[in-house]
Amino acid sequence: MSTEAKISKTLDVKGMYCPGPVMETAKAIKQINVGEVLEVLATDPAAKPDIEAWARRTGHQILDIQQQGGVTRILVKRAK
Amino acid sequence: MPVGILASGAAASGYEVNLFFTFWGLNAISKRGMQAQPQVDKNYEQMGSMMMKRMMEMKFPMWTQLVSEAKEVGEVKVYACSTTMEFFGLKKEDLAEFVDDVVGVATFLDRAEGGTTLFI
Repeated sequence: MSTEAKISKTLDVKGMYCPGPVMETAKAIKQINVGEVLEVLATDPAAKPDIEAWARRTGHQILDIQQQGGVTRILVKRAK
Repeated sequence: MPVGILASGAAASGYEVNLFFTFWGLNAISKRGMQAQPQVDKNYEQMGSMMMKRMMEMKFPMWTQLVSEAKEVGEVKVYACSTTMEFFGLKKEDLAEFVDDVVGVATFLDRAEGGTTLFI
């Protein structure tokens, strides 16, 4: 496991389905500063590949992804 | 519904999105069409009520809500086909608030050029 980053904001999208988690992540990343970390908690099985694809497109950096008990926890660092 | 999901997902990912509504699709963005009960394709008729029930259980937003949200998070333009509007006797004010412009096919193709075009 990577060293735990300092989390600036947590986004809980548990129970939301595509495109909810990606939409909410796109909105939430704008609410933190460049260099800060957003924690996303999701239950949609599409959330992991979707947010990875979203990060590739938008240039934000994924620091860590963990899946535990049906919940996916993704740490995203705002890059720009 | 696929229009709303694709448009909002694409907008959130930074794609420029141009939606062109023509023929039966135009009805979906007229105020009258939006108030009417959603139509289900004849082939899937018996699934209609089950699908509506599931969507409510999932708290899934209406597709029009998704399009409106897409416009908030990204670059999304909604166009209505001028010819179809004349066919159906519709005016700009008969259309949903999120419609940006009434255009022809040349304008839409020009704006969408170089991107991925999906016919839904």
